[in-house]
Amino acid sequence: MKSTALAPRAGRQLHAGPVTYTVLGLFTVVSLLPLIWTAVAASRTDQRLAQTPPPLWFGGNLLKNLQTAWDQGGLGKAMVNSLIVAGSITAGTVLFSTVAGFAFAKLRFRFSSTLLLITIGTMMVPPQLGVVPLYLWMADLHWSNQLQAVILPTFVSAFGVFFMRQYLVQALPGELIEAARTDGASSLRVIWHVVFPAARPAMAVLGLLTFVMAWNDFLWPIIALNQANPTVQVALNQLGTGYIPDQAVIMAGALLGTLPLLVAFVLFGKQIVGGIMQGAVKG
Amino acid sequence: MSHTTEYAETAPPSDGGAAPAASGRPRGTPPPPTSWRSRLYRWDTKASPYAFIAPFFLFFGAFGLFPLIYTGWSSLHNVQLANLDSQTWVGLDNYANLIRSDFFWTALENTFAIGVISTVPQLLMAIGIAHLLNYKLRGSTFWRVTMLAPYATSVAAATLVFTLLYSWDGGAINWLLHFAGIDPVNWRESIWGSKFAVSSIVIWRWTGYNALIYLAAMQAVPADLYESAAIDGASRWEQFRHVTVPMLRPTILFTVVVSTIGATQLFGEPLLFGGNSGSKGGADHQFQTLGLYMYDQGWVIGNLGKASAIAWAMFLILLVIAAINMLVARRLRKD
Repeated sequence: MKSTALAPRAGRQLHAGPVTYTVLGLFTVVSLLPLIWTAVAASRTDQRLAQTPPPLWFGGNLLKNLQTAWDQGGLGKAMVNSLIVAGSITAGTVLFSTVAGFAFAKLRFRFSSTLLLITIGTMMVPPQLGVVPLYLWMADLHWSNQLQAVILPTFVSAFGVFFMRQYLVQALPGELIEAARTDGASSLRVIWHVVFPAARPAMAVLGLLTFVMAWNDFLWPIIALNQANPTVQVALNQLGTGYIPDQAVIMAGALLGTLPLLVAFVLFGKQIVGGIMQGAVKG
Repeated sequence: MSHTTEYAETAPPSDGGAAPAASGRPRGTPPPPTSWRSRLYRWDTKASPYAFIAPFFLFFGAFGLFPLIYTGWSSLHNVQLANLDSQTWVGLDNYANLIRSDFFWTALENTFAIGVISTVPQLLMAIGIAHLLNYKLRGSTFWRVTMLAPYATSVAAATLVFTLLYSWDGGAINWLLHFAGIDPVNWRESIWGSKFAVSSIVIWRWTGYNALIYLAAMQAVPADLYESAAIDGASRWEQFRHVTVPMLRPTILFTVVVSTIGATQLFGEPLLFGGNSGSKGGADHQFQTLGLYMYDQGWVIGNLGKASAIAWAMFLILLVIAAINMLVARRLRKD
């Protein structure tokens, strides 16, 4: 045992035993079971879900319930809206975070360290605390129930700026910028031809994390939007408050609203895990 | 600035003033030493950093900082949802109203109670899971990704499912408890049962995420610390207690702060757990949090001035947390 403890790399690298696998297996089951059961419940009927014992296997009503949730529950429109909202926020956050992160990582300018400290400080201030003035403002602009009302307030992110800065500090060699500069490249050319190529892996990870957060944002969208023009979370909130009093349909809605992110996790899970762990060490 | 023009201009010998902008010049040629160009170049170098950070600060100022400060101004006014155009100055009335309200104190207590019940077990479990993930594992990516599945599930979707699982008759959780010989619990109506149920949703969603953060920190612990501990004859448990945990302190502090901030803002879980009267947090307000109280006062009852006062009270609580955090961090650094 002790010889394996003397692994040459950082971190402890003992081999896992059966107990480790059992505990991790149990934890994985607890993590996945509610999601699997959502699908089970979505394939049943409302009457069946009210009976004991609860259904433990799939029934035959999945497609019918999904369709009801899609049409009457407004999930269809909500999915399209959420795609627009989360897509726009992701594009804005990744673009502006990369550009600002580059400035903080590689350029010398007055007050740069103070401004960086302010940026880090703002990560700790929850945006929920400003919803009353935001609401008054959106009402003034006649933006209530319009998608820009939920896109613009989260269009940039302090976390994103800090994340990109930490990445570019080590991933972008200063000589590369110097070389482009002596060639007479303008700042925009440097951004396009030097910074973006170097930042691409971190931009992808930040994009995934931002998309998840934007898709799942709850408080401000339910204030700013209504059932006529909902995001997925607004539509789910409507379902939860009894818009359609059918538990099977509600579960079908929850399943639909989660599906795009689950697909993203299956495809890009490794990158998302890497992004969270990177952000942790540096944050 | 398409590529065709760029290449077209490489063909004729460049004649000084013909190229209008830097982008029209072929790559690799230094700029001609005309003075306006070098001045432009110097101006570009000086101004571009500010241009790069400007979008972030403009958006943050407009949609983050300004609303936060303006909330303080609104909290000193009578602002009604039904009549947004007439706002009258009322001084500290909204705050006085708040302090006299039993529901405010209940919400404060509930936020604190749910915060403790959800954060403490969550972070303890996360450390344990991270410790296991730090072993050499088969399929390590599989374990890491599956424990993030709850993080991918939105508050709304997760709460709808858990609410059904916790339902009083026919719910899967009461059905399982019956096998353990426990009478069915009325999770929504019970004072502590409802807090536990709401907390369990938070724990389910965030334990895996925090485990990954701890795992990242554990992997950064230098291996020779474990080597010397092992040479001193420390058991695995002693190594965990005397090497891993002390090295993880900054990360633990970080997760405690982030989770505490999250706990003070808790909103979606209790709202949807309460069904169609969710904004009250149950018949006796037994699981109404501060975030929920703000929403209820502002957008259900329609008193936006009072909602602003609640938001600033929450902000004050965050400042207290930040101060405590700084004191603890300083203590840790001294140790």
